[in-house]
Amino acid sequence: MRISCPFCGPRELGEFTCLGDAALRRPKPGMPDMESAFLDYVYLRDNAAGAMSEHWYHGGGCRAWLKVSRNTLTHEIRSVEAAAGAGARRGAPT
Amino acid sequence: MTAAQTNRLKTGGLIDRSKPLNFRFDNVQMTGFAGDTLASALVSNGVKLVGRSFKYHRPRGIMTAGPEEPNAMVELRTGARREPNTKATTAELYEGLEAQSQNRWPSLRHDVMAVNSLFSPIFVAGFYYKTFMWPARFWEKLYEPAIRRAAGLGRAAGEADPDQYDKAWAHCDVLIAGGGPAGLSAALAAGRAGARVLLCEEDNLLGGRLLSDGGAIDDMPALDWAAKARAELDAMPDVRIMTRTCVTGVFDGGTYSALEKVNDHVAAPPPHHVRQRLWRIVAKRCIVAMGAVERPIVFPGNDIPGVMMASAMRSYISRFAAAPARKIALFTNNDDGWKTVELALRAGLTIAAVVDARDTSGEAQHAIAARNGFAVLNGVVDEVIGGKDGVEKVRIALAGGARAEVEADGVAVSGGWNPAVGLTSHHNGRPKWREDIAAFVPDACPAGMLVAGSANGEFALASCLKTGFAAGKAAAAQSGHDGRAGSPPKADEEAFSLKPLWHVAGKGKAFVDLQHDVTASDVALAQREGFESVEHLKRYTTLGMATDQGKNSNVTGLAIMAEITGRSIAETGTTIYRPPHVPIAIGALAGHHRDENFHSTRLTPSHHWAKQQGAVFVDTGLWKRAQWYPKPGEKDWLQSVSREVRAVRSGVGFCDVSTLGKIDVHGADAGAFLDRVYINTFSNLAIGKARYGLMLREDGLVYDDGTTSRLADDHFFLTTTTAKAGLVMQHLEFCRQVLFPELDVQLTSVTDQWAQFSIAGPKTRELLQKIADPSEDLSNEGFPFMAARAVQLGGGLRARLFRISFSGEMAFEISVPARYGEAMASNLMLAGREFGITPYGTEALGVMRIEKGHVAGPELNGTTTAGDLGLGKMMSTKKDFIGRVMAGREALAAPDRQVVVGVKALDKIRRLRSGAHIIPKGRTPSPETDQGYVTSVCFSPMLEQWIGLALVERGRERWGETVFAHDPLRGEDYDLEICSPVFYDPEGVRQRG
Repeated sequence: MRISCPFCGPRELGEFTCLGDAALRRPKPGMPDMESAFLDYVYLRDNAAGAMSEHWYHGGGCRAWLKVSRNTLTHEIRSVEAAAGAGARRGAPT
Repeated sequence: MTAAQTNRLKTGGLIDRSKPLNFRFDNVQMTGFAGDTLASALVSNGVKLVGRSFKYHRPRGIMTAGPEEPNAMVELRTGARREPNTKATTAELYEGLEAQSQNRWPSLRHDVMAVNSLFSPIFVAGFYYKTFMWPARFWEKLYEPAIRRAAGLGRAAGEADPDQYDKAWAHCDVLIAGGGPAGLSAALAAGRAGARVLLCEEDNLLGGRLLSDGGAIDDMPALDWAAKARAELDAMPDVRIMTRTCVTGVFDGGTYSALEKVNDHVAAPPPHHVRQRLWRIVAKRCIVAMGAVERPIVFPGNDIPGVMMASAMRSYISRFAAAPARKIALFTNNDDGWKTVELALRAGLTIAAVVDARDTSGEAQHAIAARNGFAVLNGVVDEVIGGKDGVEKVRIALAGGARAEVEADGVAVSGGWNPAVGLTSHHNGRPKWREDIAAFVPDACPAGMLVAGSANGEFALASCLKTGFAAGKAAAAQSGHDGRAGSPPKADEEAFSLKPLWHVAGKGKAFVDLQHDVTASDVALAQREGFESVEHLKRYTTLGMATDQGKNSNVTGLAIMAEITGRSIAETGTTIYRPPHVPIAIGALAGHHRDENFHSTRLTPSHHWAKQQGAVFVDTGLWKRAQWYPKPGEKDWLQSVSREVRAVRSGVGFCDVSTLGKIDVHGADAGAFLDRVYINTFSNLAIGKARYGLMLREDGLVYDDGTTSRLADDHFFLTTTTAKAGLVMQHLEFCRQVLFPELDVQLTSVTDQWAQFSIAGPKTRELLQKIADPSEDLSNEGFPFMAARAVQLGGGLRARLFRISFSGEMAFEISVPARYGEAMASNLMLAGREFGITPYGTEALGVMRIEKGHVAGPELNGTTTAGDLGLGKMMSTKKDFIGRVMAGREALAAPDRQVVVGVKALDKIRRLRSGAHIIPKGRTPSPETDQGYVTSVCFSPMLEQWIGLALVERGRERWGETVFAHDPLRGEDYDLEICSPVFYDPEGVRQRG
């Protein structure tokens, strides 16, 4: 399996680390019911069979955090984009 | 003893008779020719008995001529290179080859374990599960060793493998697995179209069945066509052909594995060459053209030496010019088996009879029989009579009910062909059953895979060429290459008819899986006992679980199960196919990652210097760190470490702490960023100051700690623990890029750029004044505790100096560019001589931090909160930070949590051990009375006794209480006193001095 890093191009899986669900949003401090929002954020995960958006870290390369859209059943990767603060907006070269 | 090539045919074969090769089998000297396999050389030397079977120790002969061989497995080579379970059918012959047969004692002919055959009723399917259940303790001591001796395969070398293995990547448009007619045809089409082609062929020669069965392609002999095709492919710059290379697995995203046997065909690899190479191949398209495996018919006596697959018989006769038998009986249920007759006759061998299970054979076939004086019998072989040299007589049940018997010294068997569907099913696909050709063919292949030729059930040569060519053209087009491919190679159409026949009932053992000694009656037994599903059948009988992975037995086994249960073969289905397609040596998977190269090693900047000093090193993650520096006359580590501690506390010492993670944090929002990742505040840290920081995980537990200094308004220098350096970097990048992208901040890992030394002890300042530029004010006022700034050293070198202390002594940490690390160590020794400077290692570092009650890895163990570590007050209430909300959970703030305390033994000479459990005095140790455990211990030279840190329930309220230390692992129990974790200089006077 390879992931097309927007900065480095298609690279081998071993260079990346998967963190998991990229749809999670860290609750804003001071929001109502913050404690239960954080419990969900820290512990609750969907176990998606199919399309999923995941955070991957290119630790063996440019250290960018990537948002990877992957099918968990086939491992097919639909799209890869850099995280908002990674310094690039455009999609991955193929 | 020597043997002669009595069964070598006078002419023919793809062997080089000008290159004779000497080899030994079971210590008998033999010769063969270049181009032989070990199996074909054994055939030419008249060897029929090559091994003993797994369970029953029945004599076995060569059955196939390829990687599907179940019987002819040998220990190849000697000494450290001895390799068990090597298939003689794929081992190329070389000068000086040595092979031993397996699973026999004292010799192949006289094997005492053959008595197992007499006890065969107890060795039926599931016998492990049934027989050795009780008493349980007998298993390890008695049953298992006995079974391992009796039932087994070859012996491993038991020595380190002397050879090198390699791993490599390859990229192409079209990967072609298999270099037979379909694969070559595909390569021609794809190559001509302009695609980058990689063709892998497991054999040392291209051609596949053409090498054995000949034929004509494009009006020339098939082998001439193959040579011409190879020449054309070799001339294409973007086509690469790899022989002795088998594609072994299909992985995600068009990644394939292949094993290249670079130097298995020679006695030992030439110097600096690898034995095998494991390829990972990335291909836009893959064409599976791995052909088909001829399948047996199961009948009583089908394992007697001399019974051989018909296609293998043809390979030995035609490709290797070696006669497995002189008088051959052919047992077939299809037209293809008949090819054997023509080849055998042309080689001057005799056909005893053809037993054709089909109702009628063709007229042409009867004509051949009449011309050559043998009978065509419509019926089945239901008994083989064997003597000491294998097959002697074949008994036949004729279609009409009558019986016949013929004399023969070999039986060629053809039950049809099974397409090699393994690779096509590696993504959990299941092949589908095609009734018309009575075979499983690929279905729902992995993405990007095409199948051509026999592998797809297209058995005729003309179809192989046509479908291979079409697949090559399609694969090239799909990968963006549509140059002119020309027209496909042509061969004559041939008729093919087959009557499915799996099993002939009769007296005596009829083997389905010869390598694991699974018989047709074992399959029936499994069904009677309820193991009907193919997955259960496989595990209960071990059918298909041997080194051949059932390449010639799986389909037959499940077909027999289908027969018994009355279900169709399609309903019965196949087991799951998984990589690797052929066995891969562990050495090839490891490649160069063995011994000291198992993982990479990181050396500190002063490593070579420390080595010269005779340091003892310890592995911490990938790092090698100096653990202590023994001096002559010191009798153990404790003496050295205690000396180092005393030297630091009384004078000055230094330690390489470059392994700590170091991160430069730059940007206008650097302070705001640190406020969000640390529990305490950094945005208000003055320039030129350092502060201890603690990070939590988002779940509120402690993640890491370290000292962070502010070098400029927009520049902080952050340190992490050695163990978490990489993970903290990853975490901080996540915070920066994903959680807080609005902040203007950048992170740079500088761990490898700076050599960092801790210099500690009352004479530190005097030493530093000697090495620093005289203009630097290092006085207590000019450089107070927790100050941090860039300084200039004598000679002009720029360094960073931090007045921080882990040891509790007056101490500085100094950073210089990594390339000056070794010089720094030497210079400190030189400049510090007058102060009695002492290098110290990680042990002394640990002793001093325990004496000071500083927490480290054993306390930051993923279960502790800031409060548990006594650092709860650092948690800011004025800002958000990672872990703040979850750290407020009730259980994480509960008053009865286990918190860090000091412990010391009441008995002053007792050695403490970490891991001992803390039990209240007078209570019986149990999970209910367990109140914590000792995390860190050391011998304190200052207190002259063992001391430790522990996590103890309500520990801070219990200083002075005596508790019971329970250490069941080491069988030790003793009394401990709970005390303050700060054993030495509790007021902290020394570090501020």
